[in-house]
Amino acid sequence: MLSNNIFDFERPIFELENRLNEMRAIAEDSGVEMETATSELEKKIHDLRINIYKNLSRWQRVQISRHPERPYSLDYIAAITDEFIELFGDRNFGDDKAMIGGIGRIGNQSMMFIGQQKGRTTKLRQFRNFGMPNPEGYRKALRLMKIAEKFGMPIVALIDTPGAYPGLEAEERGQGEAIARNLLEMARMNTQIICIVIGEGASGGALGIGIGDRVHMMENTWYSVISPESCSSILWRSWENKEQAAEALKLTAEDNLKLGIIDGIIEEPLGGAHKDPAIAYQNVKEKILADIEELSQISLPDLIDARVEKFSAMGSTRLMEEEWEEEPLTLVNKP
Amino acid sequence: MSWFKRVKENILTKTEEKNNTPDGLWTKCPNCKKALNSRELKKNAYVCMHCEHHLRIGSEEYFELLFDDNQFREIGENIISGDPLSFVDTKKYPDRLIETVSKTGLTDALRSAVGEINGMPLVISCMDFRFIGGSMGSVVGERIAVAIDEAIRIKAPFMIISKSGGARMMEGALSLMQMAKISAKLTRLAAAKLPYISLLTDPTTGGVTASFAMLGDFNIAEPNSLIGFAGPRVIKETIGRDLPEGFQRSEFVLEHGFLDYIVDRKELKDKLASSFRMLLTPEAAAPAVKE
Repeated sequence: MLSNNIFDFERPIFELENRLNEMRAIAEDSGVEMETATSELEKKIHDLRINIYKNLSRWQRVQISRHPERPYSLDYIAAITDEFIELFGDRNFGDDKAMIGGIGRIGNQSMMFIGQQKGRTTKLRQFRNFGMPNPEGYRKALRLMKIAEKFGMPIVALIDTPGAYPGLEAEERGQGEAIARNLLEMARMNTQIICIVIGEGASGGALGIGIGDRVHMMENTWYSVISPESCSSILWRSWENKEQAAEALKLTAEDNLKLGIIDGIIEEPLGGAHKDPAIAYQNVKEKILADIEELSQISLPDLIDARVEKFSAMGSTRLMEEEWEEEPLTLVNKP
Repeated sequence: MSWFKRVKENILTKTEEKNNTPDGLWTKCPNCKKALNSRELKKNAYVCMHCEHHLRIGSEEYFELLFDDNQFREIGENIISGDPLSFVDTKKYPDRLIETVSKTGLTDALRSAVGEINGMPLVISCMDFRFIGGSMGSVVGERIAVAIDEAIRIKAPFMIISKSGGARMMEGALSLMQMAKISAKLTRLAAAKLPYISLLTDPTTGGVTASFAMLGDFNIAEPNSLIGFAGPRVIKETIGRDLPEGFQRSEFVLEHGFLDYIVDRKELKDKLASSFRMLLTPEAAAPAVKE
């Protein structure tokens, strides 16, 4: 059965899978021996899957990062913690449903979770404001991070947003200031911070909870200064060049690892986290625990020094005397 | 056949209402459209003599306005842009850069310099909107970073004059990370207990607002400057109605609690000097280490 949530580039796989199912049904009904044919087809599907999913273009990765069945922050938290208490509100204005947070425990380790949250149904998507936080969301996140700092527990930030909300009230309440404050405070936060891009990492809205000792991206996510669509509309003056824009922006996990922006990539099940969420949860959990183990060996002053140094080193400049560095990133994912 | 004949003799349009004036001698106020004598305009800190509109100016003008006797030492000026993404849109990024450099005489969208303001040492990083919309890429970040290092080294206060459309798309996530980089560097300045004043000028939007421009010990602005995170066009599209009068202007931003004060450019230097002097701890105000 074909679901609605299949991308064009995945269609050949689903067509073969359908044929396989039909074949099996016929074999069962008629009792005809079709073992060879079905196993051949199975192998073909397997190869096709690898061929398609291992050669995704940048735009296709963006599509997978937005897949409506993809796990969201609360799904990850529910799956990986032994205990979790959600906490609400920024103590100033209200509670932002696009930014969730709470205290959780894995084994004996307590940690503070924050993250943008998307909704799965039309109603829930609206409730969550499509994962676009208002200023109170960033302030809620900061409030929770301060609790983590006070009680010496690590912070885990799950990033999944199409951007901070560009609304009138958001401006009135200081969207810019709220994000800026988080950047500064996270840079000097006296505890370990682990950030993981689990879906979309759009610009300042993502970075507002993205300053960490370790920043990881899941395999099929994107993280950049602007979405491919908006980039296309500004630079090409049309929404049609989004695929080109995605290529130009070099926004995948692999790209960002090469650019020195992230520390690692977390593997997803073939085809995306939604194909087998349990694997995605397990990989994320293992990464968090390994990071905490590693980071807790470092003294806090050293940790903060290293964090500031890490972000201070980001960028690509040269001195006037130097020649152009012709070192383009290899375009592994040509569409 | 007199319809094409002059009814009245002589030119009737007043000079200050003329639409076109030769470059250099006259400047037209973009707000009230009156012609302004360029020399007088400069003396008036590039503020329109008729309507008080603050004309957009760049680092050259701000340095001259703020540094005593226009004496300053530029830092990080030899740091220039690479093309880390091999970025191509309708143009190649290096071509766009070369074109902009030759058009503006600037090497990127920000310059940093050390000088004195009313006899007190000060490090300033000042953005130039003419360079790709004052967009923030790696060079802007690095030039601010070296300015902060210099301020810490000579124990001088620091200021950034922002004028920017936001992060530069052509450097992708690296531009985004400049927000993180400068914010992280500012923690070092704060730890050294050195004052940082952020001056927001027209326009300051996007990633610049969402990072260093909003992180001053004092956030101050010139009158009637556009200041916001999202641009007005984007907000209008999002909410599907017109924006109220004065939305995202300095006065609006101050009323909502995000600015410490608004300053007329003609009074900028003295008010800045006073602010820094009062902010400096007695310890830090001790004779600064000069180069």
